[in-house]
Amino acid sequence: MSVSETTVIRDAPPAWISVMRMLWRDKFAFCAAIFLLLVILCAFLGPTLLEDVATRQNLRGRNAPPFDFSQAWTMWLGGDALGRPLLARIIVAARNTMMVAAGAVVCSMVIGTILGLIAGYSSKTASQIIMRLADVIMSFPSLLLAVIVLYMLAPSVGNLIVVLAITRIPVYLRTSRAEVLEVRERMFVQAARVMGASTKRIVFRHILPVVFPTLVTIATLDFAFVMLAESSLSFLGIGIQPPEITWGLMVSQGRPYLTTAWWLSFWPGLAIILTTLSLNLLSNWMRTALDPVQRWRLEIARKKND
Amino acid sequence: MKTFLGKRAISSAISLVGLIVLVFFLSRLTGDPANLYLPVDASLESRERFREINGLNDPLILQFFRYVGDLVQFDFGMSVRRSEPALDAVLRAFVWTLELAAITMTLVAVLAIVVGSLAAFRVGGVFDRIATFFSLIGASAPDFWIAIVAIVIFSVGLGWVPTSGTGTVWHWILPIAVLFIRPFGLIVQVVRGSMITALSSAYVKTARAKGVKNRPIIFVHALRNAMLPVVTVIGDQAAALLNGAVVVETIFGFPGVGKLMIDSILQRDFAVVMAAIFVTAVAIFVMNILIDILYAVLDPRIRY
Repeated sequence: MSVSETTVIRDAPPAWISVMRMLWRDKFAFCAAIFLLLVILCAFLGPTLLEDVATRQNLRGRNAPPFDFSQAWTMWLGGDALGRPLLARIIVAARNTMMVAAGAVVCSMVIGTILGLIAGYSSKTASQIIMRLADVIMSFPSLLLAVIVLYMLAPSVGNLIVVLAITRIPVYLRTSRAEVLEVRERMFVQAARVMGASTKRIVFRHILPVVFPTLVTIATLDFAFVMLAESSLSFLGIGIQPPEITWGLMVSQGRPYLTTAWWLSFWPGLAIILTTLSLNLLSNWMRTALDPVQRWRLEIARKKND
Repeated sequence: MKTFLGKRAISSAISLVGLIVLVFFLSRLTGDPANLYLPVDASLESRERFREINGLNDPLILQFFRYVGDLVQFDFGMSVRRSEPALDAVLRAFVWTLELAAITMTLVAVLAIVVGSLAAFRVGGVFDRIATFFSLIGASAPDFWIAIVAIVIFSVGLGWVPTSGTGTVWHWILPIAVLFIRPFGLIVQVVRGSMITALSSAYVKTARAKGVKNRPIIFVHALRNAMLPVVTVIGDQAAALLNGAVVVETIFGFPGVGKLMIDSILQRDFAVVMAAIFVTAVAIFVMNILIDILYAVLDPRIRY
């Protein structure tokens, strides 16, 4: 370790600059990253700034049509069935939507990866038990689990995170196990073992860094999936309950007014699509950027197309 | 091969047993059906009688062993709600879901493989960009939102297809179209990625050098080798459909197993819930084994 810490490569720019440069090369991914930053900003600041505006009812503005620019900016996307401004509500709902998805992805990734590392690197019995567990979770209908947990415990953000996290654990478990099985046979792992490194050190210092990029790419993609799952649960009425709001819940609240006021369901649905689309684009970019074989596609400027 | 099938069957059976134990005890935690089926002011005696008739009075563990005893004889119990054997209700719904899933997945697989391969043939070309863009949007769209927007446009606005229910061929179009979108988007991406790798391999270069035409190169040489990850993803997506496309089935009033399951959970119809989960789990296990066999067919290097 000490050797690599003292050698400084002069010519290469700091890591984050080269990452930003690669991101700039892929314009779609760049836009996606900007949009996601915006959504995260909304999630952090929205509720504190707009909570009051988003819950204030205004019966004169019931189902107010969108694009009425004479109104306050929060009403530009129209008003909902109680005259509450849709744009403000979408911004406020970003927090719950993001919190559930982020919480579920982080929990399932940490637990799944640890189990996967154990299954890949320890004894055969432990591996068998863990894999059968994954099979059971995979074949267990996630919806049933959601209903059961949300009936026993109140349907809150925390419980929703637990439900979604459990259903996504097998994804990380299976991926990290498969990667570990391959990586553990490589020369540097065997060298570390010969040099007497402890199992803990081999797994966390030698194997995990190799597996990690794949897991991060999957997590980005999974974030989109979890968001859609949460939206579906809220849509079916077994997710987050009013007066809390998420985008999925907003779509379902607009459903009765579909034929007369399409914008009630349309905008929150569009917010969901744009966010998941951005996550997918970013995940695609990461797959290329983190893969040493494919990275050249982003590092050299595309002269032919630009 | 035979030992492999045996092993897979055994491990599937173990998972199935785990699933049944888990579902049995977890579903009992959702509440007492007596509160749901009897009026609020029902007397204590009538509640007792309801529980007695439906065998809910015994200790949970006794109920469980009785259930397992019946299960061994393929008796899944009666549906409280429908007063018919639970298995009948489930199988009837499952046929609907199976048809829906089969039609959708066939369309998805064929179209996604063709589109994905053509997109991979010229990376960065016009067709590739269009295909990538639309498949990404498809993979990102929430199906419930697509469903209601489609109903507004095609059923209410244009009046081309019915909004919900079953009966004619027209009733199938919207559910299939909505279910088609997300798996299609995902699988096009997987096919494209996998084909890019295959098309840059040495054997494709050799085929080119020999003067093989483009079409056989794509669809014979490269595609067959690129199919393994594609088959995996198709399997996952088909499993998700078999588990019941709950949201789409609910919106379109489609009498499939997903709708049956959510209704039964909400109505605490435990026998139907258990039977539905059992049937879908068996179907998914069978499909997984078939996919493993398909691996061996596609790639003769894989032996079990």
